[in-house]
Amino acid sequence: MKLTVWTYEGPPHVGAMRVATGMKGLHYVLHAPQGDTYADLLFTMIERRDHRPPVTYTTFQARDLGSDTANLFKTSLQDAYTRFAPEALIVGASCTAELIQDDPGGMAETMDIPVPVIPLELPSYQRKENFGADETFFQIVRALAKPAERTAQISCNLIGPTALGFRHRADITEITSQHSDIDLSLNDEAPMTASPSDIARLGAAHFNVLLYPETAESAARWMERELDQPYTKTVPIGVGATRDFVAEVASITGCDPYLDESRLRLPWYSKSVDSTYLTGKRVFLFGDGTHVATAARIARDEMGFEVVGLGCYNREMARPIRALARDFGVEATITDDYLEVERVIEALQPEMILGTQMERHIGKRLGIPCAVISAPVHVQDFPARYSPQMGIEGANVIFDTWVHPLVMGLEEHLLHMFRDDFEFHDAAGPSHHGGHAPKPEAASEPPPQEAPVQEQQGTNVIWLEDAERELKKIPFFVRGKARRNTEVFATERGVSQISVDTLYEAKAHYAR
Amino acid sequence: MTEVPRLPTSGGCRSQPILKQRGQREVFCGLTGIIWLHRKMQDAFFLVIGSRTCAHLLQSAAGVMIFAEPRFGTAILEETDLAGLADAQAELDKVVDQLLARRTDIKQLFLVGSCPSEVIKLDLSRAAERMTEKYAPSVRVLNFSGSGIETTFTQGEDACLASMVPVLPDTDERQLLLVGALPDVVEEQALSLLADMGIGPVKVLPAPRSDTDLGLGKNTVFALVQPFLADTHAALERRGARHLAAPFPFGDEGTTAWLRAIAEEFGVDADTFDRVTAAPRARARKAIAQASEALRGKSIFFFPDSQLEIPLARFLTRECGMTAIEIGAPFIHKGIVGPDLDLLAQGPTLSEGQDVDLQLDRCRAARPDLTVCGLGLANPLEADGLATKWAIELVFTPVHFYEQAGDLAGLFSRPIRRADLLKLEAAE
Repeated sequence: MKLTVWTYEGPPHVGAMRVATGMKGLHYVLHAPQGDTYADLLFTMIERRDHRPPVTYTTFQARDLGSDTANLFKTSLQDAYTRFAPEALIVGASCTAELIQDDPGGMAETMDIPVPVIPLELPSYQRKENFGADETFFQIVRALAKPAERTAQISCNLIGPTALGFRHRADITEITSQHSDIDLSLNDEAPMTASPSDIARLGAAHFNVLLYPETAESAARWMERELDQPYTKTVPIGVGATRDFVAEVASITGCDPYLDESRLRLPWYSKSVDSTYLTGKRVFLFGDGTHVATAARIARDEMGFEVVGLGCYNREMARPIRALARDFGVEATITDDYLEVERVIEALQPEMILGTQMERHIGKRLGIPCAVISAPVHVQDFPARYSPQMGIEGANVIFDTWVHPLVMGLEEHLLHMFRDDFEFHDAAGPSHHGGHAPKPEAASEPPPQEAPVQEQQGTNVIWLEDAERELKKIPFFVRGKARRNTEVFATERGVSQISVDTLYEAKAHYAR
Repeated sequence: MTEVPRLPTSGGCRSQPILKQRGQREVFCGLTGIIWLHRKMQDAFFLVIGSRTCAHLLQSAAGVMIFAEPRFGTAILEETDLAGLADAQAELDKVVDQLLARRTDIKQLFLVGSCPSEVIKLDLSRAAERMTEKYAPSVRVLNFSGSGIETTFTQGEDACLASMVPVLPDTDERQLLLVGALPDVVEEQALSLLADMGIGPVKVLPAPRSDTDLGLGKNTVFALVQPFLADTHAALERRGARHLAAPFPFGDEGTTAWLRAIAEEFGVDADTFDRVTAAPRARARKAIAQASEALRGKSIFFFPDSQLEIPLARFLTRECGMTAIEIGAPFIHKGIVGPDLDLLAQGPTLSEGQDVDLQLDRCRAARPDLTVCGLGLANPLEADGLATKWAIELVFTPVHFYEQAGDLAGLFSRPIRRADLLKLEAAE
């Protein structure tokens, strides 16, 4: 038993729903109690879908348990087939139905459903949403995809995008347009927009572009083995990664690498003088493994940030993320415990968080700006405008998204100069945000201190009152860094009390 | 006293046949109630013993994630708990120890059963007894089920309140108990109306904190403020308390009838009743008249959701000029919504439970001007050109009593006015 307050991933059957809802002509019959129908609103509300997810829930009740839940499943399956006439069905159990062991797959086999019925085994008490999506897509591909004659023109499948995916819709458009520049034709995209008959024709492509390893790596590996289709290993998020991806595609197709960079702005924006203030910003990254890995490279190599910590919530990615953390010389945080992530962020005191909606709230509480780079998704992650993460436009979008929460160039200096100004002060925040507020009266009074010195948690150094006051004069967006640097400086030198001198000695030491 | 509501000439809907279909339901489970109950009871913590699905539901159903460390959480069952490798009761003790050590502000702990915990027959009442002994007197531990195999949406609140009734101390005091969680502002309005009539003492369940002097006995009379409290109603009667049946306090008519039932019980004279209610009644009528302009002559279709459907249909048909096509409710307890059914003119289909596909067929065929439904159905119906009102908002928003009567009508008229406002075509 594990105490959980918030969860990064849903249960595995929600992953299966993401696959089913992304597809066309597929129906999911889920053996589940009525409460599980809440999952529909993830798609209709968060993603604003205009159709119900293609899911029939058997909605068994307590009084059915003693009698015949199995029959209820069979009736539901038959009704769903008759009503929705899908090309194929997937069947499975949610967490509760798993306990009553009705075996939906076995029951479906005994019925005369004239289309493929694909059973899913998704262990609800061990695995989570991303596993559910990956496993479901894999089972669908394994059941339906057949070797096929390759298309005359070189073509690929884009695999991995699902319903409720973080910017999946826009990423498909971006990568498809990038491929059309090199006359690489799209055989299909899957699971998103694919029908079961499209899945059957996946084998006609020459190779697969694996957009999201979280949701399609098992299927990619299977197709490599069974259909002789290589798949791409680079996820094209960021300028460097997009260029590497183009090179990887070229090596598979044997064509010359080509990337139309006429719309690419990130490199120049990052070099332009206004971006100087981004230099060495201490950032912490957290999200799904793929988005964190790509974001880490962008943060360091393309934005000039300093990555002070990174991690992911999906254990499936623990190994590559640990390796990445070693490369970056930081510790990896592999956990799905929201409170633990918060503790790490509190201890690291980054100047910015690149995380999920959960970290955005942590940032709000700790006063640290945050940009969202990964699922779990929120209604805000489905903007009306075109807003990919991948390819050229994705890099532009990422530059804007990451810079937006920060205090901009010269404003940083104004805050230094006029820190007691009624408009430019700590509590105001960046002036381009709605939260920018005049200084409240009460805040001008220093709060009564209970003790003259304050002990910092986790370290043994004590801040003397003068030093603490001096620290408050430093603008809020660099104060965390100054506090931390000074404490590290003091600890390394065995200094147990931080005075104003210690503060400035540390400042001189870290001056760059 | 003020005029008595005129009954429909048809004789009302109380004995009208009810359409019962069995198929897929599209409703929340009772765990959802935790989202408002944990705000209402400020020293309580709700610990769901369930699966990742339960935890995911709680954070998704709220629509927005609150993200402070909330006063609810899920003890997620793992493979070892199910395989009997770990003693689930011992594991639960560990989780609760951990929780109470960190949250010393907790005075009431609710162990909330879920579908998985019910199926594996994890005995939470035994656990609650054991823990009450262990943590007494600083923490009281109770248990109830919010499982989706037993409860629908608002029934979670019912189960929670019902679990509190047996442990309330005995009192012989003559008192009025208001039952059901209300937004604070609404609760204060009700209390002040009752106080102005000289009715007291008045207590509320749930109380905002556990250390209030709430007791219960045969001299207690109670009025329900929500129609979904059937189990709580039964538990209170078992303790000797007496129910004051009345229409629910929605709109001018409902609020007046509800107050009148209480006033009669406490011997309030007609002049006092009129003096106290006249001004807010007049305000309510005026506000309803304005807010219901867009609703007059329009049709409405209710999917089952919160059990508020029948009282709301009564308000919308009698005070806002709407026509009901179908009124679906997850459960219809005639002992509780009977007075509302009496006032509701015959005509609409009354349905209990649901086969959502068949009900959608009926709804699409009827093409109502407004459909009240859950969040999973709203956008798909809007995409079909049907204006919708999310039912969950009716549970979260202050809608009871006179001062909110206009807001209540406004909740229904907004989607219709919006549909009229949006001009997305070219001008020519």
